Amino acid sequence: MSTLTGTAHDALSSACEDVREGRPDDAVDGVPVGLVARPGTTEQVAEVMKVAAAHRLSVVPRGRGTKMTWGLPPASADVLVDLSTMDRVLDHAAGDLIVEAQAGTPLADLQAVVGQAGQRLVIDETVPGASVGGALASNAAGPQRMLVGTARDLLIGITVVRADGVVAKAGGRVVKNVAGYDLGKLMIGSLGTLAVVTEALFRLHPVPEVRRWVSVRVADPQRAHDLAQAVVHGQTVPGALEVDWPADGPGTLTVQYGGKPDGVEDRVGTARSLLGGDASVSEDEPDGWSSYPWRAGETGLKLTFVLSGLRDVLAVTRDVGAAVRGSAGTGVVYAALDRPDDVPAALDRLRSVCARHQGSAVVVDAPAEVKRAVDVWGPVPALDLMRRVKDQFDPEHRLAPGRFVGGI
Amino acid sequence: MVSDVQHAGRPSRAPGSDGALAAVTARARELIPAPGVIDDHAKLRTYECDGLAHYRVTPALVVIPEDAEQLAGVVRACAEHGVPFVARGSGTGLSGGALPHADGVLVVTSRMRAIREVRPEDQRAVVEPGVINLDVTRAATPHGYYYAPDPSSQQVCSIGGNVAENSGGAHCLKYGFTTNHVLGADLVTPQGELVQIGSAAPDAPGYDLLGAVVGSEGTLGVVTSATVRLVRLPEEVRTVLVGFESTDAAGAAVSAIIAAGILPAAIEMMDALAIEAAEAAVHCNYPAGAGAVLVIELDGAAVEVAEEYAEVERLCREAGSFEQRLATDPVDRALIWKGRKSAFAAVGRISPDYIVQDGVIPRTALPEVLKAIADLSGTSGVRVANVFHAGDGNLHPLVLFDESVEGAAEAAEEVSGAILDLCIEHGGSITGEHGVGMDKAKYMPKMYGADDLDTMQLVRCAFDPDGISNPGKIFPTPRLCGEVPGRRKGVHPLQEAGLAEAF
Repeated sequence: MSTLTGTAHDALSSACEDVREGRPDDAVDGVPVGLVARPGTTEQVAEVMKVAAAHRLSVVPRGRGTKMTWGLPPASADVLVDLSTMDRVLDHAAGDLIVEAQAGTPLADLQAVVGQAGQRLVIDETVPGASVGGALASNAAGPQRMLVGTARDLLIGITVVRADGVVAKAGGRVVKNVAGYDLGKLMIGSLGTLAVVTEALFRLHPVPEVRRWVSVRVADPQRAHDLAQAVVHGQTVPGALEVDWPADGPGTLTVQYGGKPDGVEDRVGTARSLLGGDASVSEDEPDGWSSYPWRAGETGLKLTFVLSGLRDVLAVTRDVGAAVRGSAGTGVVYAALDRPDDVPAALDRLRSVCARHQGSAVVVDAPAEVKRAVDVWGPVPALDLMRRVKDQFDPEHRLAPGRFVGGI
Repeated sequence: MVSDVQHAGRPSRAPGSDGALAAVTARARELIPAPGVIDDHAKLRTYECDGLAHYRVTPALVVIPEDAEQLAGVVRACAEHGVPFVARGSGTGLSGGALPHADGVLVVTSRMRAIREVRPEDQRAVVEPGVINLDVTRAATPHGYYYAPDPSSQQVCSIGGNVAENSGGAHCLKYGFTTNHVLGADLVTPQGELVQIGSAAPDAPGYDLLGAVVGSEGTLGVVTSATVRLVRLPEEVRTVLVGFESTDAAGAAVSAIIAAGILPAAIEMMDALAIEAAEAAVHCNYPAGAGAVLVIELDGAAVEVAEEYAEVERLCREAGSFEQRLATDPVDRALIWKGRKSAFAAVGRISPDYIVQDGVIPRTALPEVLKAIADLSGTSGVRVANVFHAGDGNLHPLVLFDESVEGAAEAAEEVSGAILDLCIEHGGSITGEHGVGMDKAKYMPKMYGADDLDTMQLVRCAFDPDGISNPGKIFPTPRLCGEVPGRRKGVHPLQEAGLAEAF
């Protein structure tokens, strides 16, 4: 590592002013980092990537570093490309409902800018401090995914730097655009294994005038299931439908509405009658809204399923002692297991019930011992095609090697 | 306008020999019952074009498989023998995306028409590629659901074609495009393998291959089954027809509505010439003397919609509307939509020939771009009727001409092309919903740089390294997939500088 550091350091420094040696706290999921480069522009990222290519160095991109332990640890991390100084909102065209930002921009900063015009990017900040680029790379999504979907439904243009240093754009500045391949969608959720995202354009939505949360206790998975079905098949157009169920104690189902005052009041009234007399209404989001159920050191899982599978999935999470929080209205919930020893057996059962309902169970974040003991990603169809995509974008497998599915 | 494009659509390398085609034909006959394999020249000519009739190429062979296994078998034979293939749904596309290949196989999905599952409890349907778009909604409506993407051709276009083109429609302003409503698919790869991409549940792990395939215009394989999202029917729908003196006034109303934080299901605009055509064709009784009309549709929970409607009504009035007609029941709403939906065909009433253009601009550039189009029309003498999805800036200028007048077709082509240049200048797109296909491949280098196109084609190389799946579409210059990207041929400057020698 030391010879690598000396020579590569010089080369990288000529590409980018801000280069330093990696520190222990830069480690990517326990894997030490050789050098940290903090480029300030897409062009500098391109220069850094060219140097890395010439030196055959592995590269791990980092936005704000809030989810570096997601996925598997990389096989190596010679260069960490830190995008935190690329933190500007480049353009907010309020009349066109679009925003363009650099990848290292904190989501909160972006929201503050567009919020001045009464607009918002409907991507929840599921981990405090998360960046635009990190949210894309991890495909993080929260309760509002029920309203307009996830990053793939909101990203309209993207700039990336390839493993070979080539800068490429796809999409554009308009929401409606079918010219060429939609490369942005390939980047979303790819954990930095295809290219380094440097800039992104999103469509925006208006901030609703009022918001309300209607919550009800649920005693068992069957009840949660029946109420969730009643809400999704109703015509109240919820902005979110969440379940929150600690490992011990009863669960809560919460429906969120946003819109015009009279409209929301009416929809809330309908929801209360659907959910039953003990439903309560709040003007503030409930505790834990838009956050994951796991604490540091616990194992976090993402469970997906078709809506008719909610009862079965919740039942298994109860059985295995997992805490659950997530979108009962779309079939994406997160589960937390506190004891590492429980994970392998619990994961098997959860994987089986999710698969039965056409979904999957993925380990999002976990202690190293758990990641070693289980199949983090689980079975992935079309893996061969995914490998071929990887081989085209990163033939030397230098970008975040090993973090993703099938060893990609 | 009919031109022979035998030169077009050839793959990057020499297509298979006659022997190769004969081998694929023989294999197709083994796999597919007789009426589904067509090599008679007269019958082949039936398939020589899609909805863009001025490009015509007779395919070498047409196959109409009954299921995914038959289809995959034919594609496998094509791969084995290096024969190009083109998939076709209903053939209603407007960019020549399903234009056949002269030396290749046209794979028609019209016999794969089963709606396999309608599952309201999961808000999903599973359909085969030949299923007609509107039939998905028809199957879902008894359960209180519908399929949201609604291209104007929805009574005839197929889901497979919609997936290939990422079709939109009037209501995509609020509900999104095909790509937002297809969650999973069975894909026959250009090697003839049948793979599952995406899933009925959200967020399938791994790369979002489905996101790349939807809208790839048949260049990454053939979808043989799609799992689509069903959307709950809204409690209330209000459609309002609003007359304005000018497109500027109508445009101002659209801006005011968006600025007020209202997201209608649809906002459509037609200018005076388009209104004239619609009146001549379907007697839709739009406001007399209007320089522009807006069709605005609001949907959702009833009280919410009523509140939004009150605001829309006021904003239109403040922007200078002189007439507003509200329709709440399905019959009255259909009457309002009739004029808009018939607009393309209606132009035939006021002009013997016309080009339907499809471009996108940032919505706020609308007044400027409309003025520029009027100027183009004025200086060239070519009439242009404007119909567009005003909410998202998707223009459909109808460029009118008379083919019997010498030079008229060329003049119209020129104006049509200049409109796309305007879209690019204003940061928009050369196509919002009709696709690039054969028609607009030449414009791609105007919208994207060489590196952008090269990067897109990395995906092509991953899926279809031999370039046999709908070759010649989208990209004006195919990438040679044999080149390993990023490998340097000469000595790297850093090596020259002595920086990289340690490695």
